[in-house]
Amino acid sequence: MKKTLFDKVWDAHVVDAIDNGPQILYIDKHLIHEVTSPQAFNELNDRNIPIFRPNQIVATADHNTPTENQHLPVPDDLSRHQLEQLAKNCAANNITLYELGHKYNGIVHVMAPELGVTQPGMTMVCGDSHTSTHGAFGTIAFGIGTSQVAQVFASQCLLLTKPKSLRVTVNGTLKKGVLPKDVILYIISKLGTNSGTGYFCEYAGNVFENMSMEGRMTVCNMSIEMGARGGMIAPDETTFEYIKGREFAPKGTDFEKKVAYWKTLPTDDGATFDKEYTFDAEDIEPMITYGTNPGMGIKISETIPNSESESDKKSLAYMNFTAGESLIGKPINYVFIGSCTNSRIEDFRVAANYIKGKQKADNVTAWLVPGSRQVEAQIIEEGLKDIFEAAGFELRQPGCSACLAMNDDKIPQGEYCVSTSNRNFEGRQGQGSRTILASPLVAAATAVEGTIIDVSKQFV
Amino acid sequence: MEKFSTLTSTAIPLKISNVDTDQIIPARFLKATDKKGFGDNLFRDWRYDKQKKLIPDFALNNTKYSGSILVAGDNFGCGSSREHAAWALAGYGFKVIVSSFFADIFKGNVLNNGLLPIQVSEEILEQLFAAINNNAEVQFKINLETQTLAVLGTQIETTFDIDPYKKTCLINGYDDIDYLLSKKDKIEAFELQKTHSI
Repeated sequence: MKKTLFDKVWDAHVVDAIDNGPQILYIDKHLIHEVTSPQAFNELNDRNIPIFRPNQIVATADHNTPTENQHLPVPDDLSRHQLEQLAKNCAANNITLYELGHKYNGIVHVMAPELGVTQPGMTMVCGDSHTSTHGAFGTIAFGIGTSQVAQVFASQCLLLTKPKSLRVTVNGTLKKGVLPKDVILYIISKLGTNSGTGYFCEYAGNVFENMSMEGRMTVCNMSIEMGARGGMIAPDETTFEYIKGREFAPKGTDFEKKVAYWKTLPTDDGATFDKEYTFDAEDIEPMITYGTNPGMGIKISETIPNSESESDKKSLAYMNFTAGESLIGKPINYVFIGSCTNSRIEDFRVAANYIKGKQKADNVTAWLVPGSRQVEAQIIEEGLKDIFEAAGFELRQPGCSACLAMNDDKIPQGEYCVSTSNRNFEGRQGQGSRTILASPLVAAATAVEGTIIDVSKQFV
Repeated sequence: MEKFSTLTSTAIPLKISNVDTDQIIPARFLKATDKKGFGDNLFRDWRYDKQKKLIPDFALNNTKYSGSILVAGDNFGCGSSREHAAWALAGYGFKVIVSSFFADIFKGNVLNNGLLPIQVSEEILEQLFAAINNNAEVQFKINLETQTLAVLGTQIETTFDIDPYKKTCLINGYDDIDYLLSKKDKIEAFELQKTHSI
């Protein structure tokens, strides 16, 4: 039988199945962080159940960490307590933790791939919906709730019903100034926020084949924003090249053996999907969102569409936008470049390349937050920090930061923020904040101009 | 986990689509290390203004509505995987959430906390909103065994789907950990075979 990439990885991990019920899926790697793990540790502790496979768990502190003065004790009591709890739980259970200040610390979906923890053909989970990021490697990776974190702690398995399959194909040549973020925002704007619910998505076509691993991670990261539990891209030479030599990557002949196996994973010719969509790369332009879900996106040159839906009207009222208007020329006081979607070195290179020789607009507060300590080090090493500072930008320390504003990096009430993160929900970046999702290029241009501009015009 | 079999209650209408888990429980309330107290902050920014005053228009604050059933718009629970959303709904006192569509992770999370998500057609959902609008005191009757939802004193009666395994778990108060631990031998055998195969 012809199989998809998803089928191959899934089927290789089924331990057992319940008649007319879910399957037991084996989980190779379990990533944890401070926010969604403590109650799971408590659950096992209360029931006197040991952690089954601690060496398959990797922990980091990211969601609730400050992005300045990380060498000092965390000032917020609740946050500090949560971080201490993670450290205690990991120490008590022999789990590797890259805590604040560790050279490998970072956002869970940035640090795991860069350490070579993420590999093709694996199953990976984390108590975080953007775990779909790791699908860029041809990995089945998805977010889970805390009860499921406890299940994986107890058994290294989950009870799951196999999702249906969806393929999104994009072929053609991307225009200049169109980045992976624009590709995924475009797809979600076309398909909506729940078209993928119940499905696992494979991204196919030469647009993804030609993308770097970092670009693929940006795309897969946002699969959940169209409802899909995860997104995957077939592993290829780009994938193998990225993994080779990383800290936890297989070495020597082991690596060669793995590569031989990974090469068997791509979807067979003729395999069928439950749902398919196809788009032309030429139709994609730099994208921007205008509403309060990631599906409410438009090409930056377009105007906000009319909608009779009560929820859309509520959304526009929250954003203080009106149907029919363009976002070009809107004054913006906050810009955030960071999050598990866009905080890797290529994102900062794009931003620095645009910013070089220019100055940040006076009205703009811009936070540049690297995804990990390693990305931060590379920003400095490549001289990007100097470019940012010369232009009046502030480089902060790694973490999830203003993507979900659990720490002090909050956008004030009523303010707009052009953000490279993944969610523009009401209050996501702080109570009353208004988020406009965009690529690092659009974010950098906004920071320089102090208003939204049509970056595509600069490439004509 | 708490058991669930039948429930008769009035319902609270939340006629908004795409309610995300950031609205159900904003991120700034995720700093706890236990499951207690999240109900106080359920829909925090829709229930309270910046001065911490109740917003009277919001359904949960409207004194004419009460009950342990939430009837919500399409695609309820999208966004973050935070199970705190389920703990907040349970903590507030909800036992059943009705919608025409649930986000995947959220649906699993509520089931793992003894709450019942009932998915109905868009037509039925509209009828349920209309029934509450007609009479806020109208009683919903839910039977998990027969997988039925009826609105008493009206023509509305519908069946709903639920995974048979999850149904058994809810009725008996079992959780997945119990089941998975009972399969440890198979899991260990799988690990051995996997090590050899790849």
